[in-house]
Amino acid sequence: MTNYKSLYQEVILDHNKKPRNYGTIEHPSHHAVGHNPLCGDHITVDVVLGERIDNIAFQGESCAICKASASMMTTAIKGKTRAEAETLIQEFLAMATGKLSHDDCPNIGRLAVFAGVSDLPTRVKCAILPWHTLSGAFNAVATTSTEAEADPMHAPIGDA
Amino acid sequence: MSAIQATLKSRSSSAFDVERIRADFPILKLTVNDKPLVYFDNAASSQMPQQVIDRLVRYQTTQHANINRAVHHLSEVATSEFEEARRKLQHFINANEEREVIFTSGTTDAINLVMHGYGRKFIGAGDEIILTTLEHHSNIVPWQMLAEEKGAKIRVVPINDAGELLIDEYEKLFNERTKFVGVMHVSNALGTINPIKEMIAFAHARGVPVLVDGAQAAPHMKVDVQDLDCDFYALSGHKLCGPTGIGILYGRAALLEKMQPFKGGGDMILSVTFEKTIYNTIPHKFEAGTPPIAAAIGLGAAVDYLSAIGMDAIAAHELALLAYATEQINAMPGVRIIGTAKHKAAVLSFAVDGVHPHDIGTLLNQEGIAVRTGHHCAQPVMQRFHVPATSRASFAFYNSMDEVDALIAGIRTVQKIFT
Repeated sequence: MTNYKSLYQEVILDHNKKPRNYGTIEHPSHHAVGHNPLCGDHITVDVVLGERIDNIAFQGESCAICKASASMMTTAIKGKTRAEAETLIQEFLAMATGKLSHDDCPNIGRLAVFAGVSDLPTRVKCAILPWHTLSGAFNAVATTSTEAEADPMHAPIGDA
Repeated sequence: MSAIQATLKSRSSSAFDVERIRADFPILKLTVNDKPLVYFDNAASSQMPQQVIDRLVRYQTTQHANINRAVHHLSEVATSEFEEARRKLQHFINANEEREVIFTSGTTDAINLVMHGYGRKFIGAGDEIILTTLEHHSNIVPWQMLAEEKGAKIRVVPINDAGELLIDEYEKLFNERTKFVGVMHVSNALGTINPIKEMIAFAHARGVPVLVDGAQAAPHMKVDVQDLDCDFYALSGHKLCGPTGIGILYGRAALLEKMQPFKGGGDMILSVTFEKTIYNTIPHKFEAGTPPIAAAIGLGAAVDYLSAIGMDAIAAHELALLAYATEQINAMPGVRIIGTAKHKAAVLSFAVDGVHPHDIGTLLNQEGIAVRTGHHCAQPVMQRFHVPATSRASFAFYNSMDEVDALIAGIRTVQKIFT
Protein backbone atom coordinates (compact mmCIF):
# COMPACT_ATOMS: atom_id res chain seq x y z
CA MET A 1 0.00 0.00 0.00
CA THR A 2 1.34 3.38 -1.02
CA ASN A 3 1.41 5.94 1.71
CA TYR A 4 1.52 9.65 1.29
CA LYS A 5 5.21 9.72 2.08
CA SER A 6 5.93 7.90 -1.16
CA LEU A 7 3.36 9.73 -3.28
CA TYR A 8 3.52 13.25 -1.89
CA GLN A 9 7.31 13.38 -2.15
CA GLU A 10 9.29 16.59 -1.93
CA VAL A 11 9.76 16.77 -5.69
CA ILE A 12 6.00 16.56 -6.32
CA LEU A 13 5.20 19.13 -3.63
CA ASP A 14 7.90 21.41 -5.06
CA HIS A 15 6.55 21.24 -8.63
CA ASN A 16 3.04 21.84 -7.26
CA LYS A 17 4.19 24.96 -5.44
CA LYS A 18 6.45 26.26 -8.22
CA PRO A 19 5.20 24.76 -11.46
CA ARG A 20 7.67 25.01 -14.37
CA ASN A 21 6.59 26.24 -17.82
CA TYR A 22 3.32 27.45 -16.36
CA GLY A 23 1.22 29.68 -18.61
CA THR A 24 0.28 29.88 -22.26
CA ILE A 25 2.22 30.33 -25.51
CA GLU A 26 1.00 33.01 -27.90
CA HIS A 27 1.31 31.09 -31.18
CA PRO A 28 1.50 27.39 -30.40
CA SER A 29 1.71 24.88 -33.24
CA HIS A 30 -0.27 22.44 -31.12
CA HIS A 31 -2.80 23.00 -28.35
CA ALA A 32 -5.33 20.98 -26.38
CA VAL A 33 -7.57 21.21 -23.33
CA GLY A 34 -7.88 18.22 -21.03
CA HIS A 35 -10.72 17.68 -18.57
CA ASN A 36 -11.06 15.46 -15.53
CA PRO A 37 -14.83 15.23 -15.01
CA LEU A 38 -14.33 13.50 -11.65
CA CYS A 39 -13.20 16.77 -10.07
CA GLY A 40 -13.97 19.35 -12.75
CA ASP A 41 -10.29 20.13 -13.19
CA HIS A 42 -8.93 21.10 -16.57
CA ILE A 43 -5.55 22.01 -17.99
CA THR A 44 -4.36 23.46 -21.27
CA VAL A 45 -1.18 22.38 -23.01
CA ASP A 46 0.52 24.57 -25.67
CA VAL A 47 3.38 23.23 -27.77
CA VAL A 48 5.72 24.80 -30.34
CA LEU A 49 6.94 21.88 -32.42
CA GLY A 50 9.64 22.22 -35.06
CA GLU A 51 12.37 19.63 -35.55
CA ARG A 52 12.09 19.27 -31.83
CA ILE A 53 9.75 20.53 -29.14
CA ASP A 54 11.01 24.08 -28.93
CA ASN A 55 8.59 25.25 -26.29
CA ILE A 56 5.82 23.83 -24.13
CA ALA A 57 3.58 25.33 -21.48
CA PHE A 58 0.59 24.29 -19.41
CA GLN A 59 -2.02 26.11 -17.38
CA GLY A 60 -4.99 25.22 -15.21
CA GLU A 61 -6.29 24.73 -11.70
CA SER A 62 -5.76 21.21 -10.52
CA CYS A 63 -4.64 19.02 -7.65
CA ALA A 64 -1.00 18.64 -6.65
CA ILE A 65 -0.62 15.31 -8.43
CA CYS A 66 -1.92 16.72 -11.73
CA LYS A 67 -0.01 19.98 -11.53
CA ALA A 68 3.29 18.32 -10.60
CA SER A 69 2.80 15.74 -13.34
CA ALA A 70 2.20 18.52 -15.88
CA SER A 71 5.14 20.56 -14.66
CA MET A 72 7.54 17.62 -14.75
CA MET A 73 6.14 16.57 -18.12
CA THR A 74 7.03 19.95 -19.62
CA THR A 75 10.59 19.84 -18.33
CA ALA A 76 11.04 16.26 -19.54
CA ILE A 77 9.55 16.91 -22.99
CA LYS A 78 11.21 20.19 -23.92
CA GLY A 79 13.95 19.61 -26.50
CA LYS A 80 12.80 16.12 -27.43
CA THR A 81 11.60 15.07 -30.87
CA ARG A 82 7.93 14.26 -31.24
CA ALA A 83 8.78 10.54 -31.55
CA GLU A 84 10.78 10.64 -28.32
CA ALA A 85 7.97 12.50 -26.59
CA GLU A 86 5.41 9.95 -27.73
CA THR A 87 7.55 7.11 -26.41
CA LEU A 88 7.72 8.88 -23.06
CA ILE A 89 3.93 9.41 -23.06
CA GLN A 90 3.44 5.67 -23.59
CA GLU A 91 5.89 4.80 -20.82
CA PHE A 92 4.29 7.23 -18.37
CA LEU A 93 0.76 5.99 -19.06
CA ALA A 94 1.89 2.36 -18.70
CA MET A 95 3.66 3.10 -15.42
CA ALA A 96 0.88 5.18 -13.88
CA THR A 97 -1.77 2.60 -14.72
CA GLY A 98 0.38 -0.19 -13.30
CA LYS A 99 0.93 -1.99 -16.62
CA LEU A 100 4.69 -1.53 -16.42
CA SER A 101 7.05 -1.15 -13.50
CA HIS A 102 9.12 2.01 -13.63
CA ASP A 103 12.17 -0.25 -13.99
CA ASP A 104 10.78 -1.32 -17.35
CA CYS A 105 10.48 2.28 -18.57
CA PRO A 106 13.97 3.21 -19.84
CA ASN A 107 13.16 6.89 -20.43
CA ILE A 108 11.11 7.58 -17.33
CA GLY A 109 13.88 9.08 -15.15
CA ARG A 110 12.64 11.34 -12.36
CA LEU A 111 9.04 10.77 -13.42
CA ALA A 112 9.28 7.47 -11.54
CA VAL A 113 8.04 9.41 -8.49
CA PHE A 114 4.56 8.96 -9.95
CA ALA A 115 4.75 5.15 -9.91
CA GLY A 116 2.82 5.16 -6.59
CA VAL A 117 -0.42 6.43 -8.14
CA SER A 118 -1.01 3.03 -9.72
CA ASP A 119 -2.04 1.92 -6.21
CA LEU A 120 -4.63 4.71 -6.01
CA PRO A 121 -7.14 4.08 -8.81
CA THR A 122 -9.06 7.31 -8.13
CA ARG A 123 -5.90 9.37 -8.50
CA VAL A 124 -4.44 7.76 -11.64
CA LYS A 125 -6.52 10.12 -13.77
CA CYS A 126 -4.98 13.13 -12.04
CA ALA A 127 -1.46 12.01 -12.95
CA ILE A 128 -2.19 11.07 -16.54
CA LEU A 129 -4.40 14.04 -17.51
CA PRO A 130 -1.46 16.21 -18.70
CA TRP A 131 -0.05 13.35 -20.76
CA HIS A 132 -3.38 12.61 -22.41
CA THR A 133 -3.75 16.30 -23.15
CA LEU A 134 -0.29 16.47 -24.72
CA SER A 135 -1.13 13.43 -26.81
CA GLY A 136 -4.37 15.15 -27.86
CA ALA A 137 -2.40 18.25 -28.85
CA PHE A 138 0.02 16.22 -31.00
CA ASN A 139 -2.79 14.45 -32.79
CA ALA A 140 -4.94 17.50 -33.46
CA VAL A 141 -5.10 19.02 -36.91
CA ALA A 142 -5.79 22.66 -36.18
CA THR A 143 -3.82 24.97 -33.99
CA THR A 144 -6.35 27.57 -32.99
CA SER A 145 -8.42 27.15 -29.93
CA THR A 146 -12.17 27.31 -29.92
CA GLU A 147 -14.54 27.04 -26.97
CA ALA A 148 -13.36 24.10 -24.92
CA GLU A 149 -16.61 22.15 -25.15
CA ALA A 150 -16.70 22.29 -28.94
CA ASP A 151 -12.97 22.06 -29.33
CA PRO A 152 -12.01 19.21 -31.68
CA MET A 153 -8.78 18.93 -29.69
CA HIS A 154 -10.66 18.71 -26.43
CA ALA A 155 -9.27 15.64 -24.71
CA PRO A 156 -11.66 14.36 -22.05
CA ILE A 157 -10.59 11.40 -20.01
CA GLY A 158 -12.40 9.09 -17.70
CA ASP A 159 -15.93 9.58 -16.52
CA ALA A 160 -17.74 11.45 -13.79
CA MET B 1 -8.46 22.63 23.25
CA SER B 2 -10.29 25.76 24.32
CA ALA B 3 -12.91 25.79 27.07
CA ILE B 4 -15.70 26.21 24.55
CA GLN B 5 -14.39 23.28 22.50
CA ALA B 6 -14.25 21.11 25.62
CA THR B 7 -17.81 22.08 26.46
CA LEU B 8 -18.98 21.30 22.94
CA LYS B 9 -17.16 17.96 23.00
CA SER B 10 -18.83 16.95 26.26
CA ARG B 11 -22.28 17.67 24.83
CA SER B 12 -24.53 14.77 23.99
CA SER B 13 -22.24 12.10 25.43
CA SER B 14 -24.31 11.91 28.59
CA ALA B 15 -27.67 11.45 26.85
CA PHE B 16 -26.55 9.41 23.88
CA ASP B 17 -24.58 6.14 24.17
CA VAL B 18 -22.68 6.32 20.89
CA GLU B 19 -20.39 3.42 21.78
CA ARG B 20 -23.36 1.11 22.22
CA ILE B 21 -24.75 2.22 18.88
CA ARG B 22 -21.38 1.77 17.16
CA ALA B 23 -21.36 -1.83 18.31
CA ASP B 24 -24.36 -2.43 16.02
CA PHE B 25 -22.33 -1.52 12.93
CA PRO B 26 -19.82 -4.25 12.01
CA ILE B 27 -18.15 -2.14 9.32
CA LEU B 28 -17.07 0.45 11.88
CA LYS B 29 -14.63 -2.10 13.30
CA LEU B 30 -12.57 -2.00 10.09
CA THR B 31 -9.13 -0.50 9.85
CA VAL B 32 -8.07 1.40 6.72
CA ASN B 33 -4.37 1.97 6.12
CA ASP B 34 -3.76 0.52 9.58
CA LYS B 35 -5.92 3.21 11.19
CA PRO B 36 -9.41 2.77 12.64
CA LEU B 37 -11.94 3.64 9.95
CA VAL B 38 -13.49 7.08 10.44
CA TYR B 39 -16.51 7.09 8.15
CA PHE B 40 -17.56 10.64 7.32
CA ASP B 41 -19.16 10.02 3.93
CA ASN B 42 -22.65 9.41 5.24
CA ALA B 43 -24.30 11.92 2.92
CA ALA B 44 -23.20 9.72 0.02
CA SER B 45 -24.27 6.48 1.68
CA SER B 46 -24.68 5.40 5.27
CA GLN B 47 -23.61 2.11 6.86
CA MET B 48 -25.88 -0.76 7.82
CA PRO B 49 -26.46 -2.05 11.38
CA GLN B 50 -26.41 -5.78 12.14
CA GLN B 51 -30.19 -5.68 12.73
CA VAL B 52 -30.79 -4.78 9.07
CA ILE B 53 -28.19 -7.24 7.80
CA ASP B 54 -29.89 -9.96 9.87
CA ARG B 55 -33.28 -9.01 8.46
CA LEU B 56 -31.97 -9.36 4.90
CA VAL B 57 -30.51 -12.75 5.75
CA ARG B 58 -33.76 -13.92 7.36
CA TYR B 59 -35.79 -12.84 4.34
CA GLN B 60 -33.42 -14.48 1.91
CA THR B 61 -33.09 -17.71 3.90
CA THR B 62 -36.73 -18.23 4.92
CA GLN B 63 -39.16 -15.88 3.16
CA HIS B 64 -38.20 -15.22 -0.44
CA ALA B 65 -40.53 -15.64 -3.41
CA ASN B 66 -42.01 -13.26 -5.94
CA ILE B 67 -44.80 -11.04 -4.60
CA ASN B 68 -48.39 -10.37 -5.70
CA ARG B 69 -48.59 -13.54 -7.78
CA ALA B 70 -48.75 -17.09 -6.59
CA VAL B 71 -51.00 -18.57 -3.90
CA HIS B 72 -48.22 -20.63 -2.37
CA HIS B 73 -46.92 -20.05 1.14
CA LEU B 74 -43.68 -18.25 0.35
CA SER B 75 -45.29 -15.84 -2.07
CA GLU B 76 -47.87 -14.95 0.56
CA VAL B 77 -45.17 -14.40 3.20
CA ALA B 78 -43.03 -12.28 0.87
CA THR B 79 -46.02 -10.19 -0.22
CA SER B 80 -47.11 -9.63 3.34
CA GLU B 81 -43.58 -8.66 4.50
CA PHE B 82 -43.20 -6.32 1.51
CA GLU B 83 -46.49 -4.58 2.30
CA GLU B 84 -45.53 -4.45 5.98
CA ALA B 85 -42.37 -2.58 4.92
CA ARG B 86 -44.56 -0.10 3.06
CA ARG B 87 -46.54 0.52 6.26
CA LYS B 88 -43.31 1.04 8.21
CA LEU B 89 -42.26 3.70 5.70
CA GLN B 90 -45.73 5.23 5.83
CA HIS B 91 -45.41 5.67 9.59
CA PHE B 92 -41.80 6.83 9.34
CA ILE B 93 -42.83 9.88 7.28
CA ASN B 94 -46.36 10.05 8.75
CA ALA B 95 -48.17 9.61 5.45
CA ASN B 96 -51.93 9.51 5.72
CA GLU B 97 -52.36 6.29 3.73
CA GLU B 98 -50.07 3.40 2.86
CA ARG B 99 -51.02 3.59 -0.82
CA GLU B 100 -49.31 6.99 -0.87
CA VAL B 101 -45.94 5.25 -0.48
CA ILE B 102 -44.45 4.02 -3.76
CA PHE B 103 -41.30 1.94 -3.72
CA THR B 104 -38.71 3.25 -6.17
CA SER B 105 -35.05 2.46 -6.72
CA GLY B 106 -34.15 5.64 -4.86
CA THR B 107 -34.59 9.40 -4.86
CA THR B 108 -33.47 9.85 -8.47
CA ASP B 109 -36.00 7.26 -9.62
CA ALA B 110 -38.71 8.90 -7.51
CA ILE B 111 -38.08 12.34 -9.05
CA ASN B 112 -38.06 10.84 -12.54
CA LEU B 113 -41.38 9.18 -11.72
CA VAL B 114 -42.90 12.55 -10.85
CA MET B 115 -41.40 14.16 -13.94
CA HIS B 116 -42.87 11.47 -16.23
CA GLY B 117 -46.10 10.80 -14.34
CA TYR B 118 -47.03 14.34 -13.38
CA GLY B 119 -44.79 16.67 -15.38
CA ARG B 120 -45.35 15.21 -18.83
CA LYS B 121 -49.11 15.26 -18.28
CA PHE B 122 -49.60 18.62 -16.59
CA ILE B 123 -46.68 20.85 -17.65
CA GLY B 124 -46.72 22.32 -21.16
CA ALA B 125 -45.18 24.90 -23.47
CA GLY B 126 -44.44 28.20 -21.76
CA ASP B 127 -45.08 26.81 -18.28
CA GLU B 128 -42.52 27.45 -15.56
CA ILE B 129 -40.85 25.12 -13.05
CA ILE B 130 -39.15 26.60 -10.00
CA LEU B 131 -35.98 24.89 -8.73
CA THR B 132 -33.20 26.15 -6.46
CA THR B 133 -29.47 26.72 -6.86
CA LEU B 134 -28.91 24.15 -4.12
CA GLU B 135 -30.48 21.24 -6.00
CA HIS B 136 -28.67 17.97 -6.56
CA HIS B 137 -28.31 17.14 -10.26
CA SER B 138 -31.06 14.54 -9.76
CA ASN B 139 -33.58 17.33 -9.15
CA ILE B 140 -32.28 19.45 -12.04
CA VAL B 141 -31.67 17.16 -14.99
CA PRO B 142 -35.11 15.45 -15.15
CA TRP B 143 -36.79 18.88 -15.21
CA GLN B 144 -34.41 20.12 -17.88
CA MET B 145 -35.34 17.09 -19.98
CA LEU B 146 -39.01 17.91 -19.47
CA ALA B 147 -38.49 21.61 -20.23
CA GLU B 148 -36.70 20.72 -23.44
CA GLU B 149 -39.41 18.28 -24.49
CA LYS B 150 -42.33 20.59 -23.70
CA GLY B 151 -40.85 24.03 -24.25
CA ALA B 152 -41.25 24.82 -20.56
CA LYS B 153 -38.94 27.11 -18.61
CA ILE B 154 -36.88 26.56 -15.46
CA ARG B 155 -36.59 29.39 -12.93
CA VAL B 156 -33.93 29.15 -10.23
CA VAL B 157 -34.07 30.43 -6.64
CA PRO B 158 -30.71 32.06 -5.79
CA ILE B 159 -28.79 31.64 -2.51
CA ASN B 160 -26.79 34.01 -0.30
CA ASP B 161 -23.14 33.66 0.75
CA ALA B 162 -24.13 31.44 3.67
CA GLY B 163 -25.82 29.00 1.30
CA GLU B 164 -29.39 29.92 2.29
CA LEU B 165 -32.21 30.30 -0.21
CA LEU B 166 -33.34 33.87 -0.82
CA ILE B 167 -37.01 33.45 0.03
CA ASP B 168 -37.97 36.93 -1.26
CA GLU B 169 -36.55 35.94 -4.63
CA TYR B 170 -38.39 32.62 -4.49
CA GLU B 171 -41.68 34.41 -3.97
CA LYS B 172 -40.95 36.83 -6.82
CA LEU B 173 -40.47 33.94 -9.24
CA PHE B 174 -44.15 32.99 -9.08
CA ASN B 175 -46.48 34.07 -11.86
CA GLU B 176 -49.48 32.63 -13.67
CA ARG B 177 -47.17 30.31 -15.70
CA THR B 178 -45.72 28.66 -12.58
CA LYS B 179 -46.79 25.01 -12.61
CA PHE B 180 -44.38 23.19 -10.30
CA VAL B 181 -41.78 23.61 -7.55
CA GLY B 182 -38.91 21.21 -6.85
CA VAL B 183 -36.82 21.88 -3.75
CA MET B 184 -34.45 19.86 -1.59
CA HIS B 185 -35.15 19.66 2.13
CA VAL B 186 -31.47 19.57 3.15
CA SER B 187 -28.54 20.48 0.88
CA ASN B 188 -26.18 17.57 0.32
CA ALA B 189 -23.31 19.90 -0.54
CA LEU B 190 -23.70 22.52 2.21
CA GLY B 191 -26.03 21.08 4.84
CA THR B 192 -28.51 23.97 4.63
CA ILE B 193 -31.97 23.07 5.96
CA ASN B 194 -34.43 24.87 3.72
CA PRO B 195 -37.65 26.43 5.09
CA ILE B 196 -39.74 24.08 2.98
CA LYS B 197 -42.89 24.28 5.07
CA GLU B 198 -43.18 28.01 4.39
CA MET B 199 -42.17 27.52 0.75
CA ILE B 200 -44.86 24.86 0.29
CA ALA B 201 -47.53 27.07 1.90
CA PHE B 202 -46.59 29.93 -0.44
CA ALA B 203 -46.78 27.67 -3.50
CA HIS B 204 -50.07 26.10 -2.43
CA ALA B 205 -51.64 29.52 -1.98
CA ARG B 206 -51.02 29.88 -5.72
CA GLY B 207 -52.21 26.37 -6.58
CA VAL B 208 -48.72 25.07 -7.36
CA PRO B 209 -47.67 21.56 -6.25
CA VAL B 210 -44.29 20.99 -4.59
CA LEU B 211 -41.88 18.07 -4.76
CA VAL B 212 -39.38 17.80 -1.91
CA ASP B 213 -36.09 15.95 -2.40
CA GLY B 214 -35.71 14.51 1.08
CA ALA B 215 -32.66 12.32 0.44
CA GLN B 216 -30.48 14.27 2.89
CA ALA B 217 -33.21 15.19 5.38
CA ALA B 218 -34.81 11.84 6.18
CA PRO B 219 -31.62 10.39 7.75
CA HIS B 220 -31.17 13.38 10.05
CA MET B 221 -34.56 14.57 11.31
CA LYS B 222 -38.17 13.62 11.86
CA VAL B 223 -40.07 14.02 8.59
CA ASP B 224 -43.83 14.53 8.69
CA VAL B 225 -45.26 14.86 5.19
CA GLN B 226 -48.69 15.84 6.49
CA ASP B 227 -47.27 18.61 8.64
CA LEU B 228 -45.11 19.81 5.74
CA ASP B 229 -48.16 19.50 3.49
CA CYS B 230 -45.90 18.59 0.56
CA ASP B 231 -47.31 16.94 -2.56
CA PHE B 232 -44.33 14.67 -3.19
CA TYR B 233 -41.46 13.61 -0.96
CA ALA B 234 -38.58 11.45 -2.22
CA LEU B 235 -35.95 9.59 -0.21
CA SER B 236 -33.27 6.91 -0.60
CA GLY B 237 -32.91 3.80 1.55
CA HIS B 238 -29.15 3.54 1.44
CA LYS B 239 -28.76 6.91 3.17
CA LEU B 240 -31.06 5.61 5.95
CA CYS B 241 -28.95 2.62 6.99
CA GLY B 242 -30.88 0.50 4.48
CA PRO B 243 -29.82 -1.27 1.29
CA THR B 244 -29.02 0.37 -2.04
CA GLY B 245 -31.52 0.12 -4.90
CA ILE B 246 -34.53 1.06 -2.79
CA GLY B 247 -36.23 4.32 -1.90
CA ILE B 248 -39.70 5.76 -1.80
CA LEU B 249 -41.81 8.40 -3.38
CA TYR B 250 -44.52 9.75 -1.13
CA GLY B 251 -47.29 11.29 -3.19
CA ARG B 252 -50.60 12.78 -2.19
CA ALA B 253 -53.20 10.14 -3.18
CA ALA B 254 -55.34 12.56 -5.17
CA LEU B 255 -52.35 13.57 -7.30
CA LEU B 256 -51.07 10.02 -7.75
CA GLU B 257 -54.51 9.01 -9.01
CA LYS B 258 -54.39 11.69 -11.71
CA MET B 259 -50.89 10.82 -12.87
CA GLN B 260 -49.94 8.61 -15.77
CA PRO B 261 -47.74 5.54 -15.11
CA PHE B 262 -43.99 5.95 -15.49
CA LYS B 263 -42.93 2.42 -16.39
CA GLY B 264 -45.11 -0.17 -18.04
CA GLY B 265 -45.02 -3.89 -17.29
CA GLY B 266 -46.19 -6.57 -14.91
CA ASP B 267 -47.79 -5.71 -11.54
CA MET B 268 -48.86 -2.24 -12.67
CA ILE B 269 -51.89 -3.51 -14.63
CA LEU B 270 -55.36 -4.85 -13.86
CA SER B 271 -55.90 -6.36 -17.29
CA VAL B 272 -54.07 -6.39 -20.58
CA THR B 273 -55.35 -7.01 -24.08
CA PHE B 274 -53.70 -5.81 -27.26
CA GLU B 275 -56.57 -3.37 -27.63
CA LYS B 276 -56.52 -1.89 -24.15
CA THR B 277 -54.68 -2.09 -20.86
CA ILE B 278 -56.31 -1.09 -17.59
CA TYR B 279 -53.84 0.16 -15.04
CA ASN B 280 -53.72 -1.05 -11.48
CA THR B 281 -54.62 1.19 -8.54
CA ILE B 282 -52.01 3.18 -6.64
CA PRO B 283 -49.38 2.44 -5.47
CA HIS B 284 -49.12 -0.58 -7.79
CA LYS B 285 -49.71 1.55 -10.90
CA PHE B 286 -46.20 2.91 -10.34
CA GLU B 287 -44.45 -0.34 -9.41
CA ALA B 288 -43.95 -2.18 -12.70
CA GLY B 289 -41.97 -5.39 -12.63
CA THR B 290 -40.60 -7.35 -9.70
CA PRO B 291 -39.39 -4.84 -7.13
CA PRO B 292 -36.26 -5.26 -4.96
CA ILE B 293 -38.28 -7.14 -2.34
CA ALA B 294 -35.40 -7.86 0.01
CA ALA B 295 -34.22 -4.26 -0.16
CA ALA B 296 -37.70 -2.93 0.65
CA ILE B 297 -37.97 -5.25 3.65
CA GLY B 298 -34.45 -4.26 4.68
CA LEU B 299 -35.44 -0.60 4.49
CA GLY B 300 -38.43 -1.36 6.70
CA ALA B 301 -36.03 -2.85 9.26
CA ALA B 302 -33.77 0.18 8.93
CA VAL B 303 -36.51 2.70 9.75
CA ASP B 304 -37.52 0.50 12.69
CA TYR B 305 -33.92 0.70 13.89
CA LEU B 306 -33.78 4.48 13.49
CA SER B 307 -37.17 4.97 15.12
CA ALA B 308 -36.11 2.88 18.11
CA ILE B 309 -33.18 5.26 18.69
CA GLY B 310 -35.45 8.20 17.91
CA MET B 311 -34.97 10.76 15.15
CA ASP B 312 -34.87 13.59 17.68
CA ALA B 313 -32.04 11.93 19.61
CA ILE B 314 -30.24 11.28 16.31
CA ALA B 315 -30.62 14.92 15.28
CA ALA B 316 -29.38 16.18 18.65
CA HIS B 317 -26.24 14.01 18.59
CA GLU B 318 -25.44 14.93 15.00
CA LEU B 319 -25.85 18.64 15.69
CA ALA B 320 -23.49 18.29 18.65
CA LEU B 321 -20.93 16.70 16.32
CA LEU B 322 -21.45 19.50 13.82
CA ALA B 323 -21.11 22.25 16.43
CA TYR B 324 -17.90 20.72 17.80
CA ALA B 325 -16.35 20.25 14.34
CA THR B 326 -17.43 23.72 13.20
CA GLU B 327 -15.93 25.37 16.27
CA GLN B 328 -12.61 23.59 15.75
CA ILE B 329 -12.40 24.29 12.03
CA ASN B 330 -13.28 27.95 12.54
CA ALA B 331 -10.27 28.14 14.87
CA MET B 332 -7.90 26.76 12.21
CA PRO B 333 -6.10 29.30 10.02
CA GLY B 334 -6.28 28.49 6.31
CA VAL B 335 -9.44 26.38 6.54
CA ARG B 336 -12.78 27.76 5.40
CA ILE B 337 -16.23 26.25 5.83
CA ILE B 338 -18.42 26.49 2.74
CA GLY B 339 -22.06 26.62 3.76
CA THR B 340 -22.71 28.54 6.96
CA ALA B 341 -26.49 28.59 7.04
CA LYS B 342 -28.15 29.30 10.36
CA HIS B 343 -30.13 26.05 10.08
CA LYS B 344 -27.82 23.21 9.08
CA ALA B 345 -27.78 19.45 9.17
CA ALA B 346 -24.57 17.57 9.93
CA VAL B 347 -22.73 18.30 6.70
CA LEU B 348 -19.41 20.11 6.75
CA SER B 349 -18.02 21.24 3.40
CA PHE B 350 -14.64 22.89 3.67
CA ALA B 351 -11.70 24.20 1.68
CA VAL B 352 -8.07 24.29 2.78
CA ASP B 353 -6.02 27.17 1.34
CA GLY B 354 -3.59 26.01 -1.31
CA VAL B 355 -4.65 22.37 -1.22
CA HIS B 356 -6.88 20.75 -3.80
CA PRO B 357 -9.77 18.69 -2.36
CA HIS B 358 -8.52 15.52 -4.03
CA ASP B 359 -5.17 15.83 -2.31
CA ILE B 360 -7.03 16.34 0.97
CA GLY B 361 -9.15 13.26 0.28
CA THR B 362 -6.14 11.07 -0.49
CA LEU B 363 -4.18 12.28 2.54
CA LEU B 364 -7.14 11.89 4.92
CA ASN B 365 -7.65 8.40 3.52
CA GLN B 366 -4.09 7.63 4.61
CA GLU B 367 -5.33 8.38 8.13
CA GLY B 368 -8.30 6.03 7.68
CA ILE B 369 -10.73 8.95 7.29
CA ALA B 370 -13.36 8.70 4.54
CA VAL B 371 -14.59 12.08 3.26
CA ARG B 372 -16.11 12.97 -0.06
CA THR B 373 -14.20 15.28 -2.36
CA GLY B 374 -15.64 16.72 -5.53
CA HIS B 375 -18.63 18.70 -6.71
CA HIS B 376 -21.15 16.52 -4.83
CA CYS B 377 -23.41 16.35 -7.90
CA ALA B 378 -24.22 19.99 -7.22
CA GLN B 379 -22.15 21.92 -9.75
CA PRO B 380 -24.39 25.03 -9.61
CA VAL B 381 -23.56 25.31 -5.89
CA MET B 382 -19.83 25.02 -6.62
CA GLN B 383 -20.13 27.71 -9.31
CA ARG B 384 -21.93 29.98 -6.83
CA PHE B 385 -18.99 29.71 -4.41
CA HIS B 386 -16.38 29.85 -7.20
CA VAL B 387 -14.79 26.55 -6.26
CA PRO B 388 -14.48 23.51 -8.55
CA ALA B 389 -14.92 21.16 -5.63
CA THR B 390 -14.92 20.92 -1.84
CA SER B 391 -14.05 18.35 0.78
CA ARG B 392 -17.11 17.21 2.69
CA ALA B 393 -17.36 15.47 6.03
CA SER B 394 -20.94 14.33 6.63
CA PHE B 395 -21.82 12.91 10.03
CA ALA B 396 -24.16 10.18 11.15
CA PHE B 397 -25.48 9.34 14.61
CA TYR B 398 -22.86 6.56 14.95
CA ASN B 399 -19.98 9.01 14.63
CA SER B 400 -18.18 10.12 17.77
CA MET B 401 -16.49 13.26 19.07
CA ASP B 402 -13.17 11.39 18.99
CA GLU B 403 -13.66 10.84 15.27
CA VAL B 404 -14.11 14.59 14.83
CA ASP B 405 -10.76 15.00 16.63
CA ALA B 406 -9.21 12.55 14.15
CA LEU B 407 -10.54 14.65 11.26
CA ILE B 408 -9.13 17.86 12.71
CA ALA B 409 -5.74 16.18 13.27
CA GLY B 410 -5.90 14.86 9.70
CA ILE B 411 -6.50 18.34 8.28
CA ARG B 412 -3.52 19.61 10.29
CA THR B 413 -1.36 16.85 8.77
CA VAL B 414 -2.50 17.91 5.29
CA GLN B 415 -1.57 21.52 6.02
CA LYS B 416 1.84 20.47 7.33
CA ILE B 417 2.61 18.48 4.19
CA PHE B 418 1.65 21.37 1.94
CA THR B 419 3.48 24.17 3.74
